[in-house]
Parts: sequence; structure tokens; C-alpha cells
Amino acid sequence: MTQAKTIYDKIWESHLVGNKDNYSLLYIDRHLVHEVTSPQAFEGLRLNNRSVRHPKKTLAVADHNVPTTDRTKEIEDEESRIQIEALENNCKDFGIKFIDMNDIRQGIVHIIGPEQGFTLPGSTIVCGDSHTSTHGAFGALAHGIGTSEVEHVLATQTLIQKKAKNFKVELKGKLTDSISAKDLALSVIGAIGTAGGTGYVIEYMGDAVESLSMEGRMTLCNLTIEGGARAGLIGPDQKTFEYLKDRPLAPKDKIWDNAIRYWETLPSDKDAFYDESIKIDINNLAPLVTWGTSPEDVIDINGNIPKPEDIEDEAKKNAIKRSLEYMGLEAGKPIKGTSIDKVFIGSCTNGRIEDLRAAASIVEDKTVSEKVNAIVVPGSGLVKAQAESEGLDKIFKDAGFEWREPGCSMCLAMNADKLQPNERCASTSNRNFEGRQGRGGRTHLVSPKMAAAAAIAGCLTDVRDFKN
Amino acid sequence: MEKFDKIKGIAAPMMASDGNQFSMMINIDTDMIIPKQFLKTIKRTGLGKNLFHEMRFDFEGNEVDSFILNKDIYRDSKILLAGNNFGCGSSREHAPWALLDFGIKVIIAPSFADIFFNNCFKNGILPIKLSEKVIKELSEIALSGSQIEVILDDQKIFSKDLEISFEIDISNKNFLMEGLDDIGLTLKDSDLIDSYEKENESALPWYSIKGDLND
Ligand code: SF4
Repeated sequence: MTQAKTIYDKIWESHLVGNKDNYSLLYIDRHLVHEVTSPQAFEGLRLNNRSVRHPKKTLAVADHNVPTTDRTKEIEDEESRIQIEALENNCKDFGIKFIDMNDIRQGIVHIIGPEQGFTLPGSTIVCGDSHTSTHGAFGALAHGIGTSEVEHVLATQTLIQKKAKNFKVELKGKLTDSISAKDLALSVIGAIGTAGGTGYVIEYMGDAVESLSMEGRMTLCNLTIEGGARAGLIGPDQKTFEYLKDRPLAPKDKIWDNAIRYWETLPSDKDAFYDESIKIDINNLAPLVTWGTSPEDVIDINGNIPKPEDIEDEAKKNAIKRSLEYMGLEAGKPIKGTSIDKVFIGSCTNGRIEDLRAAASIVEDKTVSEKVNAIVVPGSGLVKAQAESEGLDKIFKDAGFEWREPGCSMCLAMNADKLQPNERCASTSNRNFEGRQGRGGRTHLVSPKMAAAAAIAGCLTDVRDFKN
Repeated sequence: MEKFDKIKGIAAPMMASDGNQFSMMINIDTDMIIPKQFLKTIKRTGLGKNLFHEMRFDFEGNEVDSFILNKDIYRDSKILLAGNNFGCGSSREHAPWALLDFGIKVIIAPSFADIFFNNCFKNGILPIKLSEKVIKELSEIALSGSQIEVILDDQKIFSKDLEISFEIDISNKNFLMEGLDDIGLTLKDSDLIDSYEKENESALPWYSIKGDLND
């Protein structure tokens, strides 16, 4: 009898090029590239006279730096423009497909990969970006790498790796209308901590995961990195295949049929071994919000901000003090009702069509609070077009939201979209680190519906109070 | 890449802001190490002046006196001491580039985030995992202004009256000590990659890209 295996074990084995003394060489099927973490890799290739082994296995797009306002003009910020032009030129020189800023398919790397059918179950996918874990929603082994590794993949189509351990995260229970994949993900990070997954690949399972749409699964896997694990995986099923069928780069005809037969063998075997596992009952989950400067600083929207003196661990206690000071919050007080200045709906975490629909359902026929500046940044041009065809743009604009062009935008604030010092934001993105959305800016991570509700109320609030 | 041998000097301890109880700062993320406004560069060098920018400089660009690397004896520190989960967050290799450009060659913490940890070895930086207790001892030495020496070959850290051993994966150690070019090494295994591709072209044909994203 062969040994029972997890999906991670299976993908690992099918991509093993060779084992060296103390590490393995893993084959990489798909490589996504963006403008911020690639210029030095291309420079390295040039310096060493090396070529790209398989230009077709790499897909490039500019997303981090691009303006989300009018794109018919030249990019104002000179450094941003140079970086984007560098990517375009590098792609031309090395024969890599580059999706231009004015192409409707442009968008955040982790949104366009699945949209184009570049992301496939059972494949290995890397990108110089930690949220590459998103693609694990399709049952792909996908993770972020550094720029030196980007260069390594370009030159060799492989990666030097050590096998990680298996971590099972079981989410049981029924999702309700006000609890989204974002809340599930935040609850997992809250439970294991931001370093809880270090050294592991997380596999999500359970009825709550099965019931998620592909969009929801992407949100869940996207946030895996915030729990410290490089990759998150969900075994592929019918929903996965339906999403991918007929996408531009997905296999066609007979190869598609054979691929499905193969993909159906990928989910973990029943008795597979996991080094670590947790089970979370989601039935009583309330909408979540972060109060601090680490994604693990999660509380129920009806909860109170923690008190440092309740914490034993000295380092944690000091970290909480620092966070509270940075966030301008008072220990022990309810988080609900905290006044906000900005709302950001978008990012590779929550910039997909389903997220926009969810937010729009809350916003419809309401008005954004006077003191709030709220923006919606669709994750890609295709998401934007789809939303517009459904009239979502109109709902947002009528309520007082700004409707922008696709990109990373205020998720990391490399372009003009950013928080000013002490400004407070309800954000659907993934990182509430100090300065992440602008120096001195204060970020509260929430789901799209919670962000929408906050925009209307002008403060952090429970979306369940918004039921018509 | 430059070969790593040994490093001697006064370590800089990254302490939590509240000084009444001794503790190291945890979860130092790569956004803190090098904020996004400095990621627009297309070079690897020159980032040292922006290392820990938002902690090191105030809004007017003046040095924050209380920040450890702004204190005279730590300005040239080559060794950094920190708390759990150092380097978490973004995968940006600009973080190790900035540390290296500043002069940091060794980082000692109880745990590191995975991608950052890997990125260190690609740039000749040695990340060492030691217990919180040992790091506390090393911090006390650092605060007293005494030097320590890190010797990679022996996997040891020495101070005036302390000798500490540390673990390191043998391949990572070799990479650092030899200053190896890992792409060059992998390219020597081209035949392995060739045969993998040949085999899987027919075994897993759906991973070969047939279509094209036409303009
Ligand atoms: S949306 Fe944010 S997290 Fe996602 S790739 Fe862009 S910057 Fe990174």
C-alpha cells in the first residue's frame, strides 16, 4: 500500500527535479512578475549573460505603482514611471508577455493569474510577492519569493527549496450573510498568530471552506502569509474546474479533460499525516476587525480593545502598548464606534467581483458619511468592467464613493493613494502594519461589507445593524 | 556574493519602546525595515540610508535620538538583536539589501519569517536563531557597550565571558562561507531540469503553455 499523502506532498513530489545534499530543486510551472521586485533580477541576468529559460511560463504586469486615476496621461511620479518602463523593457528584451497598464486585463498580479487561467490546480506558482499564496485556492502550490529567487526562476525555471511541514486548518460550520471569507481568514490568524504557520504549508478544509466560492477561497488563501505560512492550499473541486474552464490560458479540449482527471486525484488522502492541526467552529463567528498593527490583533466588532496589563508575556505586553499608542486607541474601550476618515475597498485580498458586489449591497441607496473619503479600487480591468456591467459603479458613485482604475493602490500606498498621519482607515486589504497605508496612518482590517458599513456610518460598526 | 567569515562589534538591540521592563521588539516587519516609498529603486544598493526610516527619522527628517541606531556606539553596528518573527510581512528583498547596505551582517532573533530568512542567505547576511533568554544576555552585553564576535565556521558567538553555540543548516552555511552563486550551481544541473521537462511534457501536458495572450 502506498502511503497516504496530502495535496502538498503530491504537488511537491510531482515537481521534484532532484534532491541535493540538504535541499531540493523544485520545478516551477508558473511565474508572475511585477515592477517592484523584478528590476534587480533582470539586471542580474544581464550582468551574468544569462537568458530566461522559458519566457512563456512567466507573465508580467505593473500593479503596485500604477495610478488609479486618469491613465491617459503620463505617470507623474518619475520613479514610478521609470520602474514601470523598466519592467516593460525587460519583458521586451527577454521575450516575456507584459500586460500593459491600459490593457483591460491589467490588474493586481494575484487577480489576473486566475482570471487568465494562468493559475492551475496541481501546479507550482511563484511571484516576488508574499500574497502569491492566493493561488493556493485552486489547489496550486503557490508562494512568495525574494528577488534573488525571481532571478533564479527566470534563469532555471526551478527553485531551491526545503520541504515544509503540513498544517491542517479545518473550518466547520455555516457561513451567514454577514460573515465572509475575510472573517474566516482573520479568525485563523487570530487563533494561530502571525508566526503560527512559519515552516508550514496550510491546507484549509471543512464544510465552511467547501461552501466558499472561488473568490472567497482566494481571500482565505491570500491571508495565509499573514499567519506566517508561505502557502495555503485548498483541494480542487467542481467549483475550481468551472471557474477555470475556457479561461484564455487554461488547457483546451482533450488536454482539459485529461487535466481534470488528474486534478481529481490531487485532494489529500483520507489518512494523510499532518504535523499540526486546528479546528475552528465558525457558527458563532461575528464580523471581525483588527485593532492593532499586526494582523493577529483581531477582535469581534462588539469586543473591547485589549489591555496590556492583562497580558503576561513581556514582549507581547510592550507590543500592545506600542500598537495602542500608534493607533491612538484606549485600552479596554469598545472598538465599535471608533470614528474613521477613510475607507479603502480593494487589494488582492478583497478586490474581486464578489467583494464589490458584497460592498455594493450595503451601500445601495445610502450615503457615505460626510467626514469620510471612500474609494473603491477594483482588482483588475476585467473586474472593473464586470462591475460596471452590473451597475455597481453607479451604486458606489451615487453613495459618494470614488470609483478608480485597478491596481494595488492604498493597500501599500506606493502611488498617490495614501493615508495622512493619524488618519484612520477601514480597509479591506491585508496589512495593518505601522505606516503600511501611509506614514502615521491607522489601518483597521475588515471585510468588504464591514468597510462599506463603516463608510456609511463614519465609524467602525457592525454590518449586521445595516440589515434593511 | 562576498564570503562570510567572522564579525566582531557591538550589537544593536532592538528593544520594545517601553523601557521599564526589559523586552525585545517582536514582529519587526519588512515595511518597518524599509518602507514602500524606497521600493521604487531599480538597484540593490543605496538603501541603507533609509533603513528603519520611520523609526529612525521624524516627519521633518531629523534623527530620532532614542532610536538605537542613532546612538553613537551603535551607528556602526554590524549585528542586530531582536524579538520573535523578525522580517514578517512583505517578501521585499529590499529589506536585507537595506540592512546590508547599512552594514548589518548578522541578525539574532528567536524566530524569523520564512521568506526574509531565505532572502538573508542570498545576500550574505547570517540570521541566527537563539532563545529569548540568550538574546536577553546578549542585549545586556550590548547595552553595556561590550563587543561580541560571531564566528560562522565554528558556529559560535563569543563575548568577554560568554560562549554560545548556534545551529545553522549546512547548505546555508556553505552558501555563506563560500559566497556561492546559486544560479550558477543550479545551471550545472541543467541535465536534471532537461529530463524533468522532457518527462512531464507528456506526463503533465496541461502545464505547458499552449495558448497565447494575444494583443
Ligand atoms: S494588493 Fe497589496 S498585498 Fe496585494 S499584491 Fe498589491 S500591494 Fe501586495
